[in-house]
Amino acid sequence: MPKRTDIKKILLIGSGPIVIGQACEFDYSGTQACKALREEGYTVVLVNSNPATIMTDPETADAIYIEPLSAEILELIIKKEKPDALLPTMGGQTALNLAVELAEAGVLDKYGVELIGAKLHAIKKAEDRELFKEAMRKVGLEVPKSAAITNMKDGLDIIEHLGFPAVLRPAFTLGGTGGGIAYNIEEYKELLEKGLKLSPVNQVLVEESALGWKEFELEVMRDGKDNVVIICSIENFDPMGIHTGDSITVAPAQTLTDKEYQRMRDAAIAIIREIGVDTGGSNIQFALNPENGRMVVIEMNPRVSRSSALASKATGFPIAKIAAKLAVGYTLDEIKNDITRETPASFEPAIDYVVTKIPRFTFEKFPDADATLTTQMKSVGEVMSIGRTFKEALQKALRSLEIGSAGLEPVLSQGDSDLDGIKAKLRTPNAERIWYIAQALRQGTGIDEIHALTWIDPWFLHNMRQIIEMEATISAEGKTFNIEASDLPAFRSMLREAKEYGFSDKRIAALIGKTEKEIRDLRKQLGLKPVYKLVDTCAAEFEAYTPYLYSTYEKPFYTLNSPTPPLLKGGKGGFVECEANPTDKKKVVILGSGPNRIGQGIEFDYCCVHAVFALRELGYETIMINCNPETVSTDYDTADRLYFEPLTIEDVLSIVELEKPEGVIVQFGGQTPLKLAVPLESEGVKILGTSPDSIDRAEDRKRFKELLHKLDLKQAESDTAMSIEEAAAAAGKIGYPVMVRPSYVLGGRAMEIVYDEKSLTDYMVRAVKASPEHPILVDKYLEDAIEVDVDAISDGIDVIVGGVMEHIEEAGIHSGDSACSIPPYSLPAGIVDEIKRQTKALAKELKVKGLMNIQFAVKENEIFILEVNPRGSRTIPYVSKATGVPLAKLAAKVMVGHTLKGLGLTREIEIKHVAVKEAVFPFDRFPGVDTILGPEMKSTGEVMGIDEDFGLAYAKAQAASSNRIPTSGKIILSVKDKDKPHTVEISRKLTGMGFKIIATKGTAQYLADKGISVEVVNKVAEGRPHIVDLIKNREVNFIINTVTGAQAQRDSLSIRRSALQFKVPYTTTITGARAVVMAIEMLQKKEMSIKSIHEYHKAVG
Amino acid sequence: MSKALLVLYDGTVFEGKGFGAEGETIGEVVFNTSMTGYQEILTDSSYKGQIVTMTYPQMGNYGVNREDIESAGGPKAEGFIVKEHIEFASNWRSEGPLGSYLRDSGIVGIEDVDTRALTRHLRNHGAQMGMISTADTDPANLLEKVRSHPGISAFDYVKDVTTKEAYTWNEACWKWQKDRNELSVMSNELKDKDNERGLSLFTNSRWFTTDEAERSHRMGTVPGDASRITHHASRVVVFDFGIKSNILRNLVEAGFNVTVIPAKTPAEAVLEMNPDGIVLSNGPGDPQTVTYAIEAAKKLIGKKPVFGICLGHQVLGLAMGGATYKLKFGHHGGNHPVKDLLTGRVEITSQNHNYCVNIKSLGGKVKLTHKNLYDGTEEGMQHVELPVFSVQHHPEAGPGPNDSAHLFKRFREMIKGKNVKGTGFRYLP
Repeated sequence: MPKRTDIKKILLIGSGPIVIGQACEFDYSGTQACKALREEGYTVVLVNSNPATIMTDPETADAIYIEPLSAEILELIIKKEKPDALLPTMGGQTALNLAVELAEAGVLDKYGVELIGAKLHAIKKAEDRELFKEAMRKVGLEVPKSAAITNMKDGLDIIEHLGFPAVLRPAFTLGGTGGGIAYNIEEYKELLEKGLKLSPVNQVLVEESALGWKEFELEVMRDGKDNVVIICSIENFDPMGIHTGDSITVAPAQTLTDKEYQRMRDAAIAIIREIGVDTGGSNIQFALNPENGRMVVIEMNPRVSRSSALASKATGFPIAKIAAKLAVGYTLDEIKNDITRETPASFEPAIDYVVTKIPRFTFEKFPDADATLTTQMKSVGEVMSIGRTFKEALQKALRSLEIGSAGLEPVLSQGDSDLDGIKAKLRTPNAERIWYIAQALRQGTGIDEIHALTWIDPWFLHNMRQIIEMEATISAEGKTFNIEASDLPAFRSMLREAKEYGFSDKRIAALIGKTEKEIRDLRKQLGLKPVYKLVDTCAAEFEAYTPYLYSTYEKPFYTLNSPTPPLLKGGKGGFVECEANPTDKKKVVILGSGPNRIGQGIEFDYCCVHAVFALRELGYETIMINCNPETVSTDYDTADRLYFEPLTIEDVLSIVELEKPEGVIVQFGGQTPLKLAVPLESEGVKILGTSPDSIDRAEDRKRFKELLHKLDLKQAESDTAMSIEEAAAAAGKIGYPVMVRPSYVLGGRAMEIVYDEKSLTDYMVRAVKASPEHPILVDKYLEDAIEVDVDAISDGIDVIVGGVMEHIEEAGIHSGDSACSIPPYSLPAGIVDEIKRQTKALAKELKVKGLMNIQFAVKENEIFILEVNPRGSRTIPYVSKATGVPLAKLAAKVMVGHTLKGLGLTREIEIKHVAVKEAVFPFDRFPGVDTILGPEMKSTGEVMGIDEDFGLAYAKAQAASSNRIPTSGKIILSVKDKDKPHTVEISRKLTGMGFKIIATKGTAQYLADKGISVEVVNKVAEGRPHIVDLIKNREVNFIINTVTGAQAQRDSLSIRRSALQFKVPYTTTITGARAVVMAIEMLQKKEMSIKSIHEYHKAVG
Repeated sequence: MSKALLVLYDGTVFEGKGFGAEGETIGEVVFNTSMTGYQEILTDSSYKGQIVTMTYPQMGNYGVNREDIESAGGPKAEGFIVKEHIEFASNWRSEGPLGSYLRDSGIVGIEDVDTRALTRHLRNHGAQMGMISTADTDPANLLEKVRSHPGISAFDYVKDVTTKEAYTWNEACWKWQKDRNELSVMSNELKDKDNERGLSLFTNSRWFTTDEAERSHRMGTVPGDASRITHHASRVVVFDFGIKSNILRNLVEAGFNVTVIPAKTPAEAVLEMNPDGIVLSNGPGDPQTVTYAIEAAKKLIGKKPVFGICLGHQVLGLAMGGATYKLKFGHHGGNHPVKDLLTGRVEITSQNHNYCVNIKSLGGKVKLTHKNLYDGTEEGMQHVELPVFSVQHHPEAGPGPNDSAHLFKRFREMIKGKNVKGTGFRYLP
């Protein structure tokens, strides 16, 4: 079927901010879809509230709206843009839910917009548990026994029939939010109540538990002619009971015979047909009873998903791109496979390697959260690795995680064998379980026993045991090895085998008792280098044209013939086949940012992708190294060459030595590549842009102080401490409160404000773990200062300020967690000018070539410098979207020698609109965790609100982050004493705008004294009805709650948790409250309106 | 583990470790891209004369079992080449590890070989003769042996793998059974029986009985129960050129009474049986070597409806006066897209062939019905007048996708003289 000509303009909805369960995989899929549709000549209109995405780049779509993802806003856009069709399957659950909402509200019919890809009936059939169950019954497939429950009474009836444990899944929630396993009636009641509230349709599926069963996923695609193919099978290492997003997963399926696999394949085909997904991709989850092979269908997503991104990267088959083409009428056999060029997309990839995905968790950010893994997703990112065996892929994935692990390190020191402790860790799923399994194997626990505790398939455990056995061989042979002795060939053979098993140099070094560098040098001396194999979709059956590569160690082969065939160069010792075939073009390596985590997310991938685009424009061959399967950077057609590899010195160096690039860019991927700058340089690798020495001048405490001193710039008083005693002395000298943190960290990892020596001592005990090789920094905490972020670009001669961002929340709250505004909304012009002057002075002094980010604090018109980062920052995409200046691209060009003048950037951009960035938090995933903000970053993502003035832009940013500001109703005020004076003006304004103020006794009394009429409400401890009752009954429309001190924080926790649970918008800072007031003032005056970013950028002078 | 060598005809040498049986083996080295189904592949008689390289690197993961055997008498492949052999089997149906199975079957395997490099080598330089040895580890000796082998086309491998006697087949396709107690009871019974004979789980007769009655009993009850199929109307006679059991199971599933006959059964004897239809099965080797089958096919075309699969398809092509040609490295895998030109649908197919029928050489006697979308090669044909059709790929799967299984029903409809739905083609009875 040729493509459809009856539709011309297609609307695409993005997935909004990065949250747990919905990360940058939807930027990857959405960007692919936009590209594919525009390639076919369609006009694409895109809506997404997340500015840190490639899809919201002006070049990606014809009209881009960075607006809140709500039905009202979408209706405005539809009304204005008049698209012919809406493709709802690229933006995760968010887009799918919105599409359903728009369809059901009649908006799509009203404006004649057709749903393509998945129709309403198919979406409902897949998403509504009852309809899904019925559909499965119809095609003869089993689902776990279950019932959709809409009230507590039915829930109590049904559990009689299902028994415990029972699984609860609220309908239409992200990543299974609110789901869980109930082992008894109490847990059941609690989970059911919560689930009913969380589900937008107040429905919870209660089902028979398949806990411990084997879990599989198939990625399925279907075209308009009913051709169906399976792109990839995935087997979960962690069995049923742990959310797939939190499970280690492996592709392809490892332990299914062909008959069982085909049975699953046939089922998947029957399912996609019965559900009626017209075209595109779906993922279907199955559970298999390991005792007898009984197979049940768990769920189906009628859209691209995190798993389809993984499957695309695992196979080289671009699911989203193909799905977009199928949605406009093409059939699979009409689309070419990009990789082989000659064969069509109507096939099933054959892979000749093993892919392993491991989730990345950040429980260290939420010490109060329950770190047990359940059916509710808790991980914030993931890594993928490719190896020729599971053993190799697993070990590569472990070191890709960047959590200080180079493999399966012991979790206990030698001689210590706390078997009971280990077994407890095996029984309860947790983020570190894989290391505990290794530990158990190391201590001789049998596979059967580990299987009984974990239900992990014995096949995986067997492979892990092989790794542990190899460990023993390495350490035994390595310790007795003498390089001069005659046992060299034996040692070489052992080392090669260890490398084939995926052991890192660092891990081998630890086992032998040498340094990583010694092992690296020895390995090279023995001629052991990795080879690179292609991901080619066809297991080498056809030639591949896309250099998508992974490393492995292979055995050589040789030829008895002479002359030697061209393939077999290498002579006597044999030839290890490497398919990398580096070119002799001028080339640059760009290091990616590894797994998403709090503090380092999609923003950095955005920067890396821009570096690639910019250098491609200049004719460089671009080489990307990254290990995050969710990203645009790991799309095989983003860079010229893609190495899907861990970002460690070993893995990066091997590639650099093979490719011999002009240089390596470490500036864009956040802390991950930055940490490699010095080690790479010391191996003789050229680092492009700002020199590692300048980076060090900014990062090293002492040198930084000297730098500021030299430029006569101010810094909050500070000191460095190597011990608890030193820290206490420093704090005493500086004066409390102080901010303490380890050096060289991102995202405010382990950063805290302490008010007294006891808290300081507590902190020191905990923090040493955070960064053992670096000292602790002690800073004077500037209370109530305004924080300002500046992004600038420099070519070493000129410095241009890209954007000055005034934070809404005060200094002390991590800049990544703070909302901010471009341009500044309250700072005097003189201060802003001085900040710019200081920025330029610093850039010049550091000879910045590329990007630089500086954080300032302004207190009583005095400017302090908090931090200078001579690299791409988290705010680069936001600044670029706000101003229309592609800073990252320009920076990449500067780094290879272009001047800003030459690139046409000669002056700062003044914008007439206002762009407000707001952070988005994962608090709803972690029951019991406080929502108070602090110096440690906790947000997972961000949104941008853009409008003509600050109030509206702020309101949009709040709406986009699901914190919708009300225009009328009741507002609760409960603030700390220090903030009380500030509440007077806020309350006056709010009552003036028709709001009713409710306050706890202290605040109420204070306000009453100032002549403001306030309704009094009980604190929780003061008797009922109290403040939480009001929230639960949804009698309030907004909450302003600030606290100080641990005790007060504990007392008021229930206010903030229930606000979160019952979705009552709130703020926890006075500055936030002021911004809300400004927003309400504007909201009451003006209607919400929309404008594309192209329109905003056009208006920029 | 012992050192093993793989030496190819062109002098390429791979060193690895032996697994399975010790010794030497020679055959045409081909690669298979299926990620599952190694046991079906090993026991597929079409691999007689060939050494199989699996492109998927880890083999043996789920062990071996009795149900996934595709032919009586054990593995037929001459040797097995893998990147890594996993001796630890994990699957609810597993009855033992792959390595022991190969060892007991006398099949030499080699592991720790860069199978991707080998595959690329075969892709670039063509499938070729090769030898695996754990005994003689002098590559020059082995090369000499490989070079002195006359090549795969010099042999009629069909006669080695066809049944000696005719037999009937009752077993239908494998279905997952909720209650497998029946199986375990039966297994115990069999175990007892074997124990009486002093046989362990991995002795030859346990796995590779040629006693058809027992074989039928063993395999019939477990995987599929023919009694499910209620409409046994048509009788089909199947020429066994090295038939895969799954073809027979699919025929039963499609409602046929199935009789399997030796490859050399004369056409007259077949016509005397007066079946409703005839199936020419898959099998090993160069189709030009099975002259007796080509002769028989010539006599049967036009007399009875005929369905050819793989070698059967090639035999039909030759019988109708056409020519076959050899592919550079063949098609072996489970992911090739084949377009059914009669329905326009793309089916993902199971493939295992080195030869193709040149449809043009048949000068309009047949029309092309199936085309491989990978390389455009012929995958199926249909006689323009007579009830004869055939496919190059494997509609019976085993291993591989079931997308083309409907062809067995198409055959049945052809026999009934019905219009084949959606094909616009009418067969004369």
